[in-house]
Amino acid sequence: MKTINLSEVRDKVKDMVQEANFELQDDVLKVIKDMQAKEESPAGKAVFEQILKNSDIAKKDKLGLCQDTGLAIFFVELGEDVKLNKEDGLGSLKEAFEEGVRIGYKEGYLRKSVVEDPIRRKNTGDNTPVFIHWELEPGDTFKVTFIAKGGGAENMSQVRMFAPAAGKEGLEDFVVEVVDTAGSNPCPPIIVGVGVGGSFEYSALLAKKALLRKPLGSHNPDPFYEDMEKRLLERINNLGIGPQGMGGRCTALAVHVEAFPCHIASMPAAVNIQCHSHRVLKFEL
Amino acid sequence: MAEHHITTPVTDEVIGKLRAGDAIFISGYVYTGRDSAHKKLIDLIEEGKDLPVDLKGQFIYYVGPTPARPGKAIGSAGPTTSYRMDSFAPILHKLGLKGTIGKGTRSEKVKESLIKYKGVYLAAVGGAGALISQSIEEAEVIAYPELGPEAIRKIKVKDFPCIVINDMYGEDLYQDGKRQYQK
Repeated sequence: MKTINLSEVRDKVKDMVQEANFELQDDVLKVIKDMQAKEESPAGKAVFEQILKNSDIAKKDKLGLCQDTGLAIFFVELGEDVKLNKEDGLGSLKEAFEEGVRIGYKEGYLRKSVVEDPIRRKNTGDNTPVFIHWELEPGDTFKVTFIAKGGGAENMSQVRMFAPAAGKEGLEDFVVEVVDTAGSNPCPPIIVGVGVGGSFEYSALLAKKALLRKPLGSHNPDPFYEDMEKRLLERINNLGIGPQGMGGRCTALAVHVEAFPCHIASMPAAVNIQCHSHRVLKFEL
Repeated sequence: MAEHHITTPVTDEVIGKLRAGDAIFISGYVYTGRDSAHKKLIDLIEEGKDLPVDLKGQFIYYVGPTPARPGKAIGSAGPTTSYRMDSFAPILHKLGLKGTIGKGTRSEKVKESLIKYKGVYLAAVGGAGALISQSIEEAEVIAYPELGPEAIRKIKVKDFPCIVINDMYGEDLYQDGKRQYQK
């Protein structure tokens, strides 16, 4: 049995929210540079240059890559055999995450982007609550994935319930339609997370998990979905939206599709849009 | 595609020179404001009260920056998505606001309002907040401090880089750019 101190979780979380917001990871930078080389439009090339310059400054000065330092969203794979040591004033694992975010966002001069009620909209002041998706696993695994999710791209995301007859054509047309409708709004070049199958809420979760795939631009191990990802990326990049919507070859950096079993009557599909400032980090204890 | 260096406040004559696709470098003072601050401004207008800022000839930058580190004017400060302010922009144009700076598409009503009141809509590069912060020399909260990142700030900018998306002639860079590269 593995014992994990909650203070260690808190401290890891505190560090990871800052590192994710200050530094683009190598896999993201690689895809950005690959796409920059392919971009034809002068405006698009200029945008790529600014994105890379921005990443240098953010890292050097420990400044948010983007002012929207996001909702703090975590996916936690928790082994059933893990023993949690409640110490240092931390009464639960959730509290360790909350405290890590609270300290990290304050210490890192990150923006507090959460309101306590969707209609009355008073800022909570510390970027909590955190959004945690728990996954109980056998054994003693403890894996955490963090994504700082900005509002601009999240707002352009959609869920739709298809009839099974829609098939792959229906799904692919939907994905392209969502990206086309989003246009310049979500800060292209974007990353497109697609979730197909599951249930209404599960498809949205799959779409978000699709965004977390590492390295960025790698493919679904199922060749059927690998082909779909390649086709979708090509169709999306033929839309002409381009970097920041000013026209160009690169509208998306990557398309990741995740599929799951579903009801005989349904084909739920979700598209989660992510901006080029793709801030995803993982740690294991 | 021309390049212009402009200083705020601006006149209609200056706005008339700016065409969709042009690069603009702004110096002078610019006001910041986004969702909640706009709601408050529009409430004041509806109640017939004075605004905390004089918008004549001015620009509003749609931004909610990260907190400034000690010794810095401002934190990361890139544009937020503009469509959320679409219902407010024409009302402010009518009061003399000449430009808005953000990212993303504007509504037909905003584009018509730019023609009617002689204004421009500019985009800064979204997701480049650290880079953009280098063109901001001073920042002071002048209204609604309780809104935190959404408070209205008066910022002093130097060669703040933008691109004209919508000009007062009805041209739209997003539409033109997309058409050119569509396959």
